[in-house]
This record gives sequence, C-alpha cells and structure tokens, in this order.
Amino acid sequence: MTEPLIYELSSPGRVGVSLPEPDVPLASLADLPAGLVRDLDTLDLPEVSQLDVVRHFNHLSILNHSIDRGFYPLGSCTMKYNPRLNEDTARLPGFAFSHPLQDPGTAQGNLALMYQLQEWLKEIGGFVAVTLQPAAGAHGEFTGILMMRAYHLDKGDTARKKILIPNSAHGTNPASTTMSGLEVVELPSDERGNIDLEALRKACGPDVVGLMITNPNTLGLFEEHIEQVVKLVHDCGGLVYGDGANMNAIVGVVRPGDLGFDVMHYNLHKTFSTPHGGGGPGSGPVGVSERLKDFLPAPLIGIVEEGDGDEPPLYGFVTPRKTIGRMKAFNGQFGMHVRAYTYIRVHGASGLRENSEAAVLNANYLLAKLKGTYQLAYDRVCMHEFVLEGHWADAPEVHALDISKRLMDMGPYHPPTNYFPLIVKEALMIEPTETESKEMLDAFADAMLKIAEEAHTTPQILKGAPHTTPVGRLDEVKAAKELVLCCRPIPEWAE
Amino acid sequence: MSYIPHTNADRKAMLAAIGAKSVEELFHDIPASVRFPGLDLPGPLSEPETLRELQDLAEANGHADNSLCFLGAGAYNHFIPSVVNHTILRGEFLTAYTPYQPEVSQGTLQVIYEYQSMICALTGMEVANASHYDGATSLAEAVILALNHFKLKRRKVLMCPRVHPQYRAVVRTYTQGMGLNITGDDESDLLAKDLLPLLDADTALFVVQYPNFFGGIENLKPIADAVHAAGALLCVVANPVALGLLTPPGAFGADIVVGEGQPLGVPLSYGGPYLGFFATKKDYVRKMAGRLVGETTDANGKKGYVLTLATREQHIRRDKATSNICTNQGLMAVAATVYMSVMGKQGLRRAAEVCYHRAHYAASRIAEIDGYTVLRDQPFFHEFVVQCPRPISDINADLFNEHGIIGGYDLGQDYAHLDGHMLLCVTELNTPDDIEELVEALEHLG
Repeated sequence: MTEPLIYELSSPGRVGVSLPEPDVPLASLADLPAGLVRDLDTLDLPEVSQLDVVRHFNHLSILNHSIDRGFYPLGSCTMKYNPRLNEDTARLPGFAFSHPLQDPGTAQGNLALMYQLQEWLKEIGGFVAVTLQPAAGAHGEFTGILMMRAYHLDKGDTARKKILIPNSAHGTNPASTTMSGLEVVELPSDERGNIDLEALRKACGPDVVGLMITNPNTLGLFEEHIEQVVKLVHDCGGLVYGDGANMNAIVGVVRPGDLGFDVMHYNLHKTFSTPHGGGGPGSGPVGVSERLKDFLPAPLIGIVEEGDGDEPPLYGFVTPRKTIGRMKAFNGQFGMHVRAYTYIRVHGASGLRENSEAAVLNANYLLAKLKGTYQLAYDRVCMHEFVLEGHWADAPEVHALDISKRLMDMGPYHPPTNYFPLIVKEALMIEPTETESKEMLDAFADAMLKIAEEAHTTPQILKGAPHTTPVGRLDEVKAAKELVLCCRPIPEWAE
Repeated sequence: MSYIPHTNADRKAMLAAIGAKSVEELFHDIPASVRFPGLDLPGPLSEPETLRELQDLAEANGHADNSLCFLGAGAYNHFIPSVVNHTILRGEFLTAYTPYQPEVSQGTLQVIYEYQSMICALTGMEVANASHYDGATSLAEAVILALNHFKLKRRKVLMCPRVHPQYRAVVRTYTQGMGLNITGDDESDLLAKDLLPLLDADTALFVVQYPNFFGGIENLKPIADAVHAAGALLCVVANPVALGLLTPPGAFGADIVVGEGQPLGVPLSYGGPYLGFFATKKDYVRKMAGRLVGETTDANGKKGYVLTLATREQHIRRDKATSNICTNQGLMAVAATVYMSVMGKQGLRRAAEVCYHRAHYAASRIAEIDGYTVLRDQPFFHEFVVQCPRPISDINADLFNEHGIIGGYDLGQDYAHLDGHMLLCVTELNTPDDIEELVEALEHLG
C-alpha cells in the first residue's frame, strides 16, 4: 500500500481552486525592478484537481496510526483522547478570524479567555504568574532558563553558569540550557530511580543557576526526596525548574509551586489534551514564583481597567518590569489556548483530579499485568507511566525495538517510547493515559505477553516485524547517507 | 463531564490487581502536607454549556469574518479552500504523534516530504525542514545556524530596519546568552542597500525581508553579491504568497530563506498556531535545526519515508544539538501542503496577482483623499504605507466603531519617524466594493 507523490499526479493546466479576477484597473508589473517578476515556469507547484487533492491526502492519512485508530501508549507523550468539542470551539469564527494585531479593545473575548487561562494555570501549578507565549514544551524550557539566567544577572551575580540536570531528563533540557549560553552538569540517579542526593549536594554551589527536574520523572516515578532536593538547590542560591511534561499524573494531586518550584512549563498538548497533529502544534505556557515574575516574556495579558458592577474589566497587554523580551511573534498558540480553556471548563477541579487519578490507576494496572514477564528497573508504585526492559537473558537476539515493531502486527497499537530514558537498558516506556478502558489495557497486555512468548519460541517473527504495516522496517542508514529530502530537481540558479 | 471510561466495577477490579485499597494510596510518595490541595477552579460544565460560554467569548471579538479587514503586518487574511480544514480535521493526521515509528506513520512522513519539496520549489532552495513555531523563531534559528557555520568566530548580525519588529525582538531574546552584536536597525529609515557598507569580516549574517515590513520590494541581487563578497551569509525573510509573483530568493543566491507560513492556508486565529518555514542550501543541512524527512526503502525495496539526520537533534545529541526544538507545527505544515497542492502553480500565481492589483488600486484611491499620502519610495506587493491626517489609533477606532472596518497597523509604535503612518494590506479577500467602503469611510472621517 503506497501512494504516489502529489507531484506525480500533476498535469500541466489542471487547477484545483477557483479564485476571483482582480476586477480593478490593472497595475503595471513593470513597476517592479527588472528580473523580479517570477517566470511562471519556475513556480514548481503541483497542478491537480480538487478531487485529486482530497483523495491523495485521504489515502495518505490511512497509512498513519493515531489515537482515533487505536491505543497509543507512547511514554512521556500523554496520547489521551482529543475531545472534538475543543476543535469546534477553536474554529468559532470570532476566534479563528481575529487578527493578532487588531486593537485590544476589539478583541476582548480573546483577551478575557487568555487572562482566565493564565489564572487557572496559576492555580493548577501553584504559581503567581503565567505566560501563555511559549509555543511548545522546549520553547517553555528555553523561556524558563533565560529567566533564571536573567534573575541572577539582575542581582549582579555573574558567576552562575551551571544548570544541573538528572541523567533521566529529556534531551530538550540540556539543549535548552546550551541555547541559553549556560553549561550542563549531569547528575546520576540513585538505586530507586530518584535523583542522587549526595551527587546533588556536591554539585550545589555558587556557580549554579539552578536545577531542571522532571517530576514525576521520566521513569514515571515521583521523586521521594523532592523537598530535600528543592531545599539543597535553594540553599546554594539556585532556582528550581520543573519540566511539566509529566503533569498529567499530578493535576489536583500536588502543585509544583507548593513544593517550592520557581518555574515550570505546562504542555497543553499533553496534560490539557490539545492534539499532537503529527508533531505539533504544541503550547508551552510557563508559570513562575514571586522571584521570577518580573522576568516573564512580554507581553502578558492583564486587566488594564477594573470592571465596575456589570461592566467587565478591560483586558490588555502588559509588560513585566525586567522582561527577558519576546519569545515569539504575536500572542502564542492562541488556538491551543482555546482548546485548553474548553478542556478545563468541561472538567472543573474535580474532573481534572479524576483524570490524573485514572491515569495513574491505568498505569499501575498495566504494570501489574506485565511486570512478572518483563523486567522492571525500579520496582515501585508508578505514576502515569512506567519503564520496562525489553530484553531477556534467554532470548539474546531480541531487542526493545523488535518488541515495538511486533506490537504493530498485534492490533491497533502504537509501540511504547523506545530507548528512553537512557538509564534503562532497552527501555520500553509505557503511558496508557486515563481515557483508555480496562478492556483495551487487557488486550494490550495480552499482546505484550504473547510477544514475550514469541521472543523465546519464534524470535525470527520479532526480528522481521512488522509484517502487516504499509511498509516494512525502513533503512534509516540509507536515508541519512543518500539524503533525498526533496523530490524536485534543483533549479538551475542554485548552481 | 469526563472522558474516562471506567465503571466502579472496573476500578475495583483494577485496584485488586494492583493490590491497592484505594487510588489515593498510589500517591503515597507525594509529601502529605501538599497532597490533594483542592483547586479553586469553576465547577465543571456540560458540553453545551461550555460551547455557549466559548461562543459568547468569541462573539465579543471583532474579526475578519464580520468586519472588513485591511490589517496585515505579518498575519494575512487569505482565502482558505475548504479542503484544507477538512483534511487537517481527519483524526489520522490530527491525533497522531511525531512520526518516530515510520512503519505506522507513512501518512505524516510523506506529507512532510511533500511539504519540504514544495517549500524548496517556492523559495528556490535545496532543502527545507518540517517547520518551526512561526516566522520569528525560524529567523532566530537562522541566526544560530549562521553563528555555528562560522564556529562563533563571526559575531555580528546585520538586521535591516524593515524586518518585522517582532521578529527582530525575538532574535534578540533568543540570542541574549550568546554574546552577539545585532545591529543595523537603529536608524529606522535605512533600506537594505544602505546597510551594505556595514558588512565586515565579523559579519555572520545579513537579514533582509522580501517584501519588507512596509510591503516594499528591494532588488536582492546586489545585496546578495555584496554579502557574499564580505564572506557572510544572506538570510531572506519571505512572504510565501508573494513568491507566487516574485522571483524567489534562491535565484539571487540567498543562503537561508525563512518566513511565516500562515498565508498558506492557516487562519488568523489571533496569532497562532502558525508555522515558520525554513529553507537553505544542502551545504548547511547538518547545521540546520528541526526535523527532516528523507526518502528510503524497506527490506523489500519498497519506497518509504523516515525522519533523518536525527544526530543534529536534542533527543540524540542533547546539549550539543543544533537546537532544542522538539514539537513543531506539524499539523500546520499539513495544512500548508494541502493549500499549496490545491492552489497549485496557477492558483498561487492568481492569488498573488489579485493581491498586487487590488492593493495598487486601493493605494491609488486612498492617495486621492485629501490629507492622505501614500509613500512610494519602493515598489510594493500587497501592503503600503499611508501618511494620515489624524492619529492612527483615532482613525482605527472610528473605522471599527462606525464602519465595521479593521484598519491598518500603526507604524508609529515601532518607528518614531512614522508617527501618524498606517500600514494597510489588501488581499484577494478584499473586493473592489470593500476597497470603496474603506475609501468612503476615510473620506468621511477626514
């Protein structure tokens, strides 16, 4: 099952859309400098009919796995149901057709929504201020690290250059640190999957900007010494950054701000169900404690004129006193803000807490069913996800990747996250989320148990998997070596 | 309301399998003093009640669907063929993750491959990535590419004053820890060619916008030649719809072409989600940020697509990655791909021509109004600068309140010498009648 490229469907002269004539006296294109009017032959876009387009993209779509098709237990990605109500609200004309630069007085609905979302996220995270500007989790991290850096510089403290990061962290944490012009110090984990307290104590000093910590961490475990961790960092003058990627375990359960975190990003595309869209868009609002609120990116949404009785307040843009600047053009991923607002409104406090409880219940249930068969690096009660080891001493040729590929044959299942976190051998990181039923978890567990059996009896089935997908295992080495990244001929002018 | 499927019986059976008495028990690692705080949020609403609340908020806005919109300045109200929205609403695209497992992600992967190909074709470049957050962050990543290309030995970036003010601000935010000298945009009425004498052996990158923030079109050829003679790289911030009509930056030898992809089938949506496109030469591909899709084959020789050159990226290279970007604007790239497919060669050219002709017609009509002067120091595409007889905020308030028109961008906010100047935009969605309404409204306001 393959689909030709859209260019292969193209035929000169075919048109897929009907557009108006200019219907005004024509201006002269000769006003443009010589050579600036594009030769139409060089405008190398496909020429296809509208039905060609519809069929082509529908054919392509069915080659994808998706939440709508089946189970998607990709660890750290929170692939929960994406409510369709949220898609409808984001497309309401008043939202979808409002211009980011129109006078704030004419966009009070948008600004009220954004202001309210800031307030709710403050309450959910236990912070004193929130920016909605960052576009994704990594963008939020970058925002947070820049604020931490600015905070120390503002105090005249120029000696702090180091960000401490546990070895279980997402790769974005060290990458965000480097982009901010700071250095990464990696910390080991202890035998229970926590950050190693002794190593942390040694690393804390007058050169530390702060610590970046994911809690629950990427092993799906809540840090057992979190209060001591925060205190150690604060005592050396550092700040604590929380990576909110795993927030789906703890909404209404614990607020990172109450644990002493100074800054954290929320992933609206995980915890608050905005769809992943095959890689984005996300949205990564950042919450901060009192110490960092003056450094937030500009602008924030604020009340610029208090309301009076039935008169609503006037919302507008405000600039924090010592802002790090602007992280993105315009007003953040507004369409994602509408979806997250809708989601929080539907759930209320009780519903959000129930989600986290059910996410943790589902993960522990699935863990209970699998842990006798698959090795578990850290045998503890997990939060919303857990990490198994995808290998057996008595099936030496089988790797985590083989298990993942075989899962594709067993039902509408996407594989778990592979080979992450780096500190677990042959990692299979499984996050079921709260919207999956017991029946689905049972069926998935059966498939995983069947694969474990095959690994010992007929390992060649695993090595050759998947057998039922539109293409078999693809040659990634060849892709990187040959680097065919574009299907069109390189234009002459490139030479 | 909840989307959780569990019945009480399910919950009981699951707890029994775990060996726990209650769900609360699973949270015992969390310090008791801060556990279950009780959040102060409004109570849950049913789906119809929620929809009503959101409708009320949406209807509190003026917007381009119930008003005439002549505002652009980096976000544009273009026609979006219906097939675009219908395609991105398909759950197979909407609810998929990043295509890390290619065997079950060929749909997304092939679309990105087609997107990369179309962006290359549009900009005249050799490689394009799978998207950035927006045009501004694409530009910031271009600056970082240039720095890394010169191994941080060149630290100056020349930025034309007519590059979008918010893009320039984002570049400064992004690079505040990198020790750069970003200059050229302090004298706000300089053109790109006026900046060429500032090129020197420390210059890593020269940034010009095409058409620029005022809508003006500058000849890129002499700029590219001078930049390359100084050994620096040239980055062009381009409007993709304008490239339906204008010779692409690649033809002049641009090294990097970035821009806001929103005009390619993405609604205004108060500023996001949009997508930043990023294209460059093959020589720089290993310094490029973001995801890339490449063609390959499976064990049976069947063609397929995978994410490639991941060794540049944060999940492999960690602190040595070219960027920290992970989640990008995937679904918006799908929208742009569908848009470019259905518009095609003829449609994009037509849209660009209609924009050009109607904008010029609008400019000539406005120039006839007493007190209004159209600045014509450069040829323009679909935006132009008008000197107005009254403060722009007053004019815009009157236009909106009395005529239902969303007026232009107040350039005095960013350019002191342009106090009282408005940037107006005309697209294929502004009919000749709309233009007459605007002209009459301005005449009426005086």
